[in-house]
Amino acid sequence: MRIELVKRPQQSALFSALSPFIAFGLTIATGAILFAALGKDPLETLYFYFIDPLTETWSLHELAIKAAPLILIAVGLSVCFLSSNWNIGAEGQFIMGAIAGSILPVVFPDFQFWFVLPLMLLMGIAGGAAYAAIPAILKVRFNTNEILSSLMLVYVAQLFLDWLVRGPWRNPAGFNFPETRSFHEYARLPEIWAESGRAHYGFAFALIAALILWFVLSRTLKGFEIKLIGQSPRAGRFAGFSAGRMVIFAFVISGAMAGLAGISEVSGAIGQLRPSISPGYGFTAIIVAFLGRLNPLGIVAAGLVLALTYLGGEAAQISVGLSDKVVRAFQGSILFFVLACDTLIHYRIRLVRPNTAPAEAANV
Amino acid sequence: MKTITLALAASVAVLVPAVASAQNETAKACFIYVGPIGDFGWSYQHDQGRLEAMEHFGDRLETAYLESVPEGADAERAIERFARSGCDIIFTTSFGYMDATNTVAGRFPDVKFEHATGYKREHPNVSTYNSKFHEGRYIQGVIAGRMSEAGVAGYIASFPIPEVVMGINAFMLGAQSINPDFQLKVVWANTWFDPAREADAATALIDQGADIITQHTDSTAAMQVAAERGIPAFGQASDMIEFGPETQLTSIIDDWGPYYIERIQAVMDGTWEQVDIWDGLAEGHVVMAPYANMPDDVRAEATETEESIRSGAFNPFTGPVNKQDGSVWLAEGEVAEDSVLLGLNFYVEGIDDQLPQ
Amino acid sequence: MFEAILLTVSMAATPLLLAAIGELVVERSGVLNLGVEGMMIMGAVTGFGVALMTGNPFLGAFAAIIVGALFSLLFAFLTLTLVTNQVATGLALTLLGLGLSGMIGESFVGQPGVRLPRLDVPVLSELPIVGRLLFSQDLIFYVSVFLTLGVVWFLFYTKAGLTLRSVGDNHSSAHALGIKVVRIRYMAVLFGGACAGLAGAHLSLVYVPQWVENMTAGRGWIALALVVFASWRPLRVLAGAYLFGAVSIGQLHAQALGIGVPSQLLSALPYLATIIVLVLISRNRRLTMVNTPASLGRPFVPDR
Repeated sequence: MRIELVKRPQQSALFSALSPFIAFGLTIATGAILFAALGKDPLETLYFYFIDPLTETWSLHELAIKAAPLILIAVGLSVCFLSSNWNIGAEGQFIMGAIAGSILPVVFPDFQFWFVLPLMLLMGIAGGAAYAAIPAILKVRFNTNEILSSLMLVYVAQLFLDWLVRGPWRNPAGFNFPETRSFHEYARLPEIWAESGRAHYGFAFALIAALILWFVLSRTLKGFEIKLIGQSPRAGRFAGFSAGRMVIFAFVISGAMAGLAGISEVSGAIGQLRPSISPGYGFTAIIVAFLGRLNPLGIVAAGLVLALTYLGGEAAQISVGLSDKVVRAFQGSILFFVLACDTLIHYRIRLVRPNTAPAEAANV
Repeated sequence: MKTITLALAASVAVLVPAVASAQNETAKACFIYVGPIGDFGWSYQHDQGRLEAMEHFGDRLETAYLESVPEGADAERAIERFARSGCDIIFTTSFGYMDATNTVAGRFPDVKFEHATGYKREHPNVSTYNSKFHEGRYIQGVIAGRMSEAGVAGYIASFPIPEVVMGINAFMLGAQSINPDFQLKVVWANTWFDPAREADAATALIDQGADIITQHTDSTAAMQVAAERGIPAFGQASDMIEFGPETQLTSIIDDWGPYYIERIQAVMDGTWEQVDIWDGLAEGHVVMAPYANMPDDVRAEATETEESIRSGAFNPFTGPVNKQDGSVWLAEGEVAEDSVLLGLNFYVEGIDDQLPQ
Repeated sequence: MFEAILLTVSMAATPLLLAAIGELVVERSGVLNLGVEGMMIMGAVTGFGVALMTGNPFLGAFAAIIVGALFSLLFAFLTLTLVTNQVATGLALTLLGLGLSGMIGESFVGQPGVRLPRLDVPVLSELPIVGRLLFSQDLIFYVSVFLTLGVVWFLFYTKAGLTLRSVGDNHSSAHALGIKVVRIRYMAVLFGGACAGLAGAHLSLVYVPQWVENMTAGRGWIALALVVFASWRPLRVLAGAYLFGAVSIGQLHAQALGIGVPSQLLSALPYLATIIVLVLISRNRRLTMVNTPASLGRPFVPDR
């Protein structure tokens, strides 16, 4: 017996809606078996994983904090991926955005006015965009593979940040520990509803960015150009679009989003620069982008779901003593199920018995 | 050294009656680790401390932990989750949790917070604790001074933070007390934990002529390399004798158990007070693994050094000590101030390396 | 001294070379598997565990190969049979591998492992400079070198290799010619998984005979970079792996010599060097185009 895919004439609306639920069902089943095998109560564990983080206000705020950078980066990446530009260096652009945005509060701490924050955000966006422009320009000018160059630049950015916070930008009053001075109040991104939790405006930026990019991608000529070039560079050329300019455009947009995410994280959630400011947001966002099917609105949902698995993982660790490794393995399997079930949107699955269709089997 | 920050002593005094009335037979202690508990180094030792406390208290203590919690936004959430889930005392075991610990502590005045290796105590319910690992490193230096034939030791360092610099200086002072011409080669691995890289660093140091290896990174890789090359080495954080039965001279063991038991007991008794702890050999927070693979006279000398540090008769940072550039740091008989040590950013004379700034 | 450095460099290069040469074959068949890190760590934990339990490191290495291949089968099933996105699936594979290996290896922590023995060739291993490098190494080192040569031979001197490359270059026309695209890609992915598994075993059985979580520490990603760096040529992967090893070992030696350069800059050197070399070699557009598998990362579904 063999599995065979038959392409649907058009995307299945039914399975578009249904596939997340099928994936969720499979996840629940796997989780239940896994947890039971480890001697945990499956129902209780699943409750802590998926429901408990949603039952309290503070926890919802935390969800927004965790999801904000993932969504911001992922919507930017969707422009890249739709136009077939494989930017996997968003982590580096996130860091460079954070660094560029932090110049004002760290180097000029006495410069305290209301417009410091807007300037910081702009500089963060510029920093991320400029850093993303490097692999883009290398690709256009020298035909350099962008997967590699953008990935290598992640390590360079991490080491640059490391050098800054241990060297020139180290807090003079910080006993020589590797961190910058804390940002002053004009440099902090305010909280949205301060009385109920600490979610900051980064989440609002993420939603706004998702809406704007959704509009651009689905309703404008630019969106058409992005998708056309992504699907067929040749067709794009015939339509008079420049693939080279698209490379720069896509990278700069996604770099700008990553940079905004970086400076929002630093000025909102952390309040200073440290040797490590991101637990791999730039890489996780790649998964978010695909889970959201490269659609900015889908990405918002995907970002929230992925953030939930982090929070739920912690809740399960604390409440039922599920180990951190089990949490990560479970997280990995969720992603597999979601990815696998999305196949149903584009394809019908047929089981073929070898003896009934030997000729077809030979074709694969 | 147990100091209660004076400025805050008053507010502690106000709190004490309230806390005392809430005396409990049982308590819940929660731990946040920066690495996996399987690192066999820093986080592993903290978790050993947690297990020690569990064994000590039995049914009276409930514990929970989160491992591999990234420093930054995630740390604050993890700490807050603990505070909300009924923990009476929360140990945050990495320097990078400093601000998050203080922020959450401000919101949960009834929960006690203990932050390892930091210096900020912004609320009366925050204590800080650390250990004087450099005391052990001085002893290692003495042993190295005796054991190294070439008079050259290799030092695998992680990051140039004061604690690491302190360790390098203490090691060098110990070695110089035996052999004034002792040489120390330092390699900055720029990681706390990457076994293969640490192995490479050890190999590079040996190839450059070091015939004794010590490390301030967490894995056992360097020990294994030294064992293979047939030269002695020192362990770090835990007893690594199994990784080098004929190699390990001794190891500096971080033993957090006694401190955790003491603090949890204080919470149960309602006598918890803010402290700033920086303890070493004397209090049992730093333990030397059994001296092995060395002649008896060296062992005797090491034991003697350990005793004199433990009894307080001797401080590793006692003058005369010059800075690397030859200028005087500590005059004859002068002992370094803790505040200077905690922000140490220069080498002592004789170290052949440039401190990354 | 020079001999000793060469040995260390070969030690650092071997796992990179193995994982990269496997990934090269995968990419030559048109599949981009970003899960190298995950497969490697699975190999590391399996190799260590089996060697520890049986006392036989060869068995450990063998088991690592099997588990690496099995783990990659998961990726193959999703991307080839279910046609999921390769980039996302590969990343998920890494996530899963890091979690799963931690779960499996929980009881191995803190136990000294079994080292794969060196194979000494008498007399020859006494040769100056290259003696120990070439004739007194562990089995996996020899496997890595011969595998590289084998891949050169396979890809460029056999019909099967030509078929594999044609699948990577244009799967539609390969399919039209009656080539079993999916089956060939399955085999390529399995080969890549086996290589990554063995690379992991090198870490936990030779490099540092112990198990600790996340002990691959990003080497899978470097292996991925090497493939592109080498513009999909096996011998350049070999050169790249040794160059990368040399730079990272060299900077440790520079430090031990007391050369005062910020260590972060030294650590960044291999990455900057990779970018620069990449720019230099890819400036020649025609040359890179010849070697780049044109179908890389693109999904394939046979339509009928």
